[in-house]
Amino acid sequence: MIRSEILRAIAPVLRDHLVVCNIGLPSQELHMIDDNAKNFYMLGTMGLASSIGLGLALAQDKTVISIDGDGSVLTNLGTLSTIANNVADNYILMIIDNGSYGSTGDQPTYAGRKTRLEKVAEACGCENVITCRGEDTGETLQAAIDSGKMTIIVVKCDSGNIKLPVITMDPVVIRDRFMKAVAD
Amino acid sequence: MSIDRKIVDDLVANDISFVTTVPCKQLAGVIEEVEARDGILHVPSNKEDEGMGLCAGAWMGGKRPAIIMQNTAIGVTINTLATLIQYYRMPLPMLISYRGELREPVACQVEMAVHTKALLAQLNIPTYHFHTQSDADELDAILKYTFMCNKPVAILTDASFWGGYGDQ
Repeated sequence: MIRSEILRAIAPVLRDHLVVCNIGLPSQELHMIDDNAKNFYMLGTMGLASSIGLGLALAQDKTVISIDGDGSVLTNLGTLSTIANNVADNYILMIIDNGSYGSTGDQPTYAGRKTRLEKVAEACGCENVITCRGEDTGETLQAAIDSGKMTIIVVKCDSGNIKLPVITMDPVVIRDRFMKAVAD
Repeated sequence: MSIDRKIVDDLVANDISFVTTVPCKQLAGVIEEVEARDGILHVPSNKEDEGMGLCAGAWMGGKRPAIIMQNTAIGVTINTLATLIQYYRMPLPMLISYRGELREPVACQVEMAVHTKALLAQLNIPTYHFHTQSDADELDAILKYTFMCNKPVAILTDASFWGGYGDQ
């Protein structure tokens, strides 16, 4: 199962929650599958989806799901210790771990070799770290939301991309409609 | 009133309730004051670009943010400033210790000091330089300006402002 198939499968779960989505193909895929005001698409700044999501979760009460990638988490690895030490029980970090930098041509990441992000998260002090297969993502995500506990989900899946256009929506429009959805 | 308390009073008076920090010897008193205030959620960051991500999220969640960091962080955060804070038009007061200026004991700090204002100017970031303690009288107006225009704004505070490094 590749990332776009996972996003398509979990779209009905994501739809009811605030979603901060990683730069590149993940945002383009989510935008194509189910564009709505509760999605915040990152158009730049690789690595910060988990930080933006944590800041958002700490600032208000609604459930926040950050959709990140293994390569992006590796570029901001300190984020796992910040998350562990600033618990927001309305926060879920979902790392789509396909072992590759999908948006740049599927070059392998270290997570696809020896590094295990779920163990890094645990070593950083994250208390609820769940690893699942792509096929089980929807069920795992719903259970994490229902638990009311901050959860890190590492979804192990295949690498691979579909062809789709870039997001041409203005960033201020994305941000403004997202903030209205947050405040709604 | 101590300058640390005055600075944090101005943050609170401008409804800033989410502050992220990366440690600095000169800003240690401010960071301690931030940590002590009930009305401020203090979330230390490991790196300044991470901190700006936290601030972006907090702002979209309805809290006014601020980041406290050293000027070396400008080198770390240029991409984040351009493609997150400025691109999505978000306000971000940056209280910055301006290392590498007069009275600096560590030579390497000068290497980023000479680039600091040029980089901020290149990014079109409004920049204020506190050199004497009375310069901080403008902090309240600078914060109001930041949240009026939704831009990152730099407040550089040099060693003279902080009264040197304690041992000189």
